[in-house]
Amino acid sequence: MDSNLNFIFGHLPYWLFIILMLSGLFIVVSRGNLIKKIVGLNIFQTSVFMFYISIGKMKGGTAPILLDKSANNSAVIYSNPLPHVLILTAIVVGIATTALGLALIIKIREEYDSVEEDDIQKMDQKDLMKYNKKNVLETNS
Amino acid sequence: MALTLKHLFAVIMLSGAFSLVSAMLFVVMDAVDVAFTEAAVGAGVSTVLMLATMALTVRVQKETKKPILLPLVVVCLVGVLLIYGTLDMPNFGAFDSPAQAHLGSTYLNITYKDMGIPNVVTGILASYRGYDTLGETVVVLTAGLGVILLLSGLKGRKDKE
Repeated sequence: MDSNLNFIFGHLPYWLFIILMLSGLFIVVSRGNLIKKIVGLNIFQTSVFMFYISIGKMKGGTAPILLDKSANNSAVIYSNPLPHVLILTAIVVGIATTALGLALIIKIREEYDSVEEDDIQKMDQKDLMKYNKKNVLETNS
Repeated sequence: MALTLKHLFAVIMLSGAFSLVSAMLFVVMDAVDVAFTEAAVGAGVSTVLMLATMALTVRVQKETKKPILLPLVVVCLVGVLLIYGTLDMPNFGAFDSPAQAHLGSTYLNITYKDMGIPNVVTGILASYRGYDTLGETVVVLTAGLGVILLLSGLKGRKDKE
């Protein structure tokens, strides 16, 4: 019984991060507004970061900034620095992709006069039908 | 909240607040450098970018009926798979997890000797993984060029039409 509880509490952070990630995924999939989609993508991304950082965490550890000259024979426990390095890079790349996505949204709004997925798809369909009709007429004549 | 709110300003502000809270969580999990970056970039820059986008596009989301069942099923399926995947993982904060067993402690030991910088994360980022960081700046440069190219045609097109 005790080990069961230990297991559940030891894995609860991971599960919470997964639930957070899923809420981001849900926003991306179910909302039509493109800006909301980007917000959802950000939530998704940040929860993945949290998950990575949580893997590097050590119980009773401290931030990987050395108090002594070497971590070799000191009594201080440092958390694993490698996930931090990875996620630092990922955050910066994430903001770059977000900026590009937002620029694309501005461009889409310029062309379609809308940032709603449904409207854009409807307009695309209409354009496609018009294009097909024109092609059929041209090949017939 | 972000699901039902119609005003995008509130959505974007909530997303900024989320970033700030996540930065605090990073501090709790000993990742102070990540917390700095998340607070500056996630809560700061990305909120500003989103607000600028909102100002250039629309402020209020349109009322649309989208089917909710299929996304829910997809999300639940992914969630079950992911949680199934965590069952094999070591406990949160465990000392004997595979992530702690190998390289992490090595870098903790050699960084100060090699670089003389007490902050191990900075040492790895700027030195051992210097080329990776260089590549990262190339990514940022490319994204910036892409944004400029996408947005530079805006005014001209409007004048022509």
